[in-house]
Amino acid sequence: MNITSYLIRGLATGGQFALVAIGYTMVYGILKLINFAHGELFMVSGILMIYIVADLPTLPIGLAICLMAALTVFIGFLIEKFAYSPLRSAPRMSVMISAIGVSYLLQNLVSYITGGLSKQFPDIPVIGESVRFLGIKDKLTVFLSPVIAIVLTVILVQIINHTKFGMAMRAVSKDFETSQLMGIKINRVISITFAIGAFLAATGSVLYFAKNTGINHLSGANPGLKAFIAAVVGGIGSIPGAVVGALIIGVAESLAKAFGLADFSDVISFGLLIIILVVKPTGIFGEKTTEKV
Amino acid sequence: MWEKNKRTICNLILVGLIIVLLICIDTFAPATSMWFSVLRKVCTFALAAVSMNLLNGFTGLFSLGQAGFMLLGAYTYAIFTIPVNMRSNVFRNYGDSVIRFQMPLVLALILAGIVAAFFAFLIGLPVLRLKSDYLAIATLGFAEIVRGLVQLQSFGPVTNGPDPINMFTAPKSIMVYAAISGISILIIVLMINSTYGRAFKAIRDDEIAAEAMGINLAHHKRLSFVISSFFCGIAGAMMAMCNTSVSSVSFTTSMTYQILLVVVIGGIGSISGSIIAAFIFYASSEWWLKFLDLETYTKAGSKVPLLGPGFRMVVFSVLIMIIVLFFRQGIMGTREISVYDGIMKIRSVFVKDKAKGGESHE
Repeated sequence: MNITSYLIRGLATGGQFALVAIGYTMVYGILKLINFAHGELFMVSGILMIYIVADLPTLPIGLAICLMAALTVFIGFLIEKFAYSPLRSAPRMSVMISAIGVSYLLQNLVSYITGGLSKQFPDIPVIGESVRFLGIKDKLTVFLSPVIAIVLTVILVQIINHTKFGMAMRAVSKDFETSQLMGIKINRVISITFAIGAFLAATGSVLYFAKNTGINHLSGANPGLKAFIAAVVGGIGSIPGAVVGALIIGVAESLAKAFGLADFSDVISFGLLIIILVVKPTGIFGEKTTEKV
Repeated sequence: MWEKNKRTICNLILVGLIIVLLICIDTFAPATSMWFSVLRKVCTFALAAVSMNLLNGFTGLFSLGQAGFMLLGAYTYAIFTIPVNMRSNVFRNYGDSVIRFQMPLVLALILAGIVAAFFAFLIGLPVLRLKSDYLAIATLGFAEIVRGLVQLQSFGPVTNGPDPINMFTAPKSIMVYAAISGISILIIVLMINSTYGRAFKAIRDDEIAAEAMGINLAHHKRLSFVISSFFCGIAGAMMAMCNTSVSSVSFTTSMTYQILLVVVIGGIGSISGSIIAAFIFYASSEWWLKFLDLETYTKAGSKVPLLGPGFRMVVFSVLIMIIVLFFRQGIMGTREISVYDGIMKIRSVFVKDKAKGGESHE
């Protein structure tokens, strides 16, 4: 393995993390909530894929992915409805604790359903195949991940900047109460935000698990934390920031492996997190906020 | 004043009764009883929860680094209490341990706290300037870094690398656990009722107002963080004793979340709430709900639906969600348990003397 292949792998992991990180960053932008359950949602979508393929073997893989994405979006929607929307006027800490509760519940639920065992992710025909590109042989998902992540991000940014719904979203994230007074249905905006986040997490999970085949109830924790770090590094609340942060984290971890510091890769990401927080707490693309008395 | 004294006396009687009860369980319960494992765990996590409460509930610093400090405490305790002749056996993959002596239990416990407090001091210097969520994230990151570092092969002769450490001193009697936990919690309670405690509460309620009243924010925040971590380290050492083996894999972020849930269930800002919640949390998750994990058959021979391995935790997490969503104050809110007030309340029901009793706030 040469440096280029490590770089490409890093970008791939980064792209997969980016799709998850956008979910964190969008929810934080609107609700000021660290959605700790997002990593678990990512894992649940992987598990759903396994069960869909196992139970409906005749279903074409493309449709299976669509079905899985739809179910994940539905679960994301349910989580918001039952765990976060009743706490809309509660202190921020209560909502965060509720998110931790949801993540605990999802882990235990999946552990009950799978019996705590690791399940094999199904082979996804096209993206699971090995290809040769730039003289490097790897699964197609590795080359595709950063591209898909960037394309989806560009589409999302366009939606947010140029549609009426996007305008509503920006308004809600700027000022909750005023936008409510302006006639924006904030509950709908929040639901759709969660749905978009869940959809991106589902996409990310297909790309991610297509190369890391085994999934159990704890598989979401580490990617979830990494994606979350990425969102913070990029500046939480900023979508391009989340993508840049995720690519930085992915490449940094991959380079750590290239230099024989594989054990250090977690330490490096979390160290990066603390350094960014201390030096520039709002991240690379974050907006500066001033505290008012 | 007399009212206050009566409250203290009544609470002391309650503590005394609990101690008698613990001694009874320790002497008379059969060795296989669930009481032992559950109570050991309850003592450990009650201390962990109270120390987290000191930080989150009384100082308003939302930190998620508990697992990291517990890990430091657990490793320190374990490394220093392995009998000398066992050392080369435990550290066989790394030649031998660099430490070649054994410490008495109490000393090792205090050292466990000091090591955790020292690291808290170091990490607190940069991190405590951050606000709410950012502080939570940074401390969480710190905990993960610690967990990553102790697993490194190069620290093998000290931490045994990724292999678990065992063979260290691990007392069996629950009285040892209750004593460590009780003394530590007592110190925290005295601390909270001192001028420092009042300064902490002022910071929690309004940082800017507290600063205007002449409270040194940086100093008090650091103090609270270091003290909380000290007791977290001791709780970690107790966890090492409980499990009789220490391995970095058990100190995950989800353990911090568990402690946070205990604090929330008990009521953020209530010491007695944290202790009660720790008991309910671990007794129900490890013992009372155990039957949900067994496949049960009715008399007719048909299987009771849903019951099976793992179902207990599902029910348990649903219960937690219900508490988090609908009983946000937790069991105690910010109140403390008071036997006297309880008695007065009951009496006021019978005597109909509403003017004197019925006030349950401190």
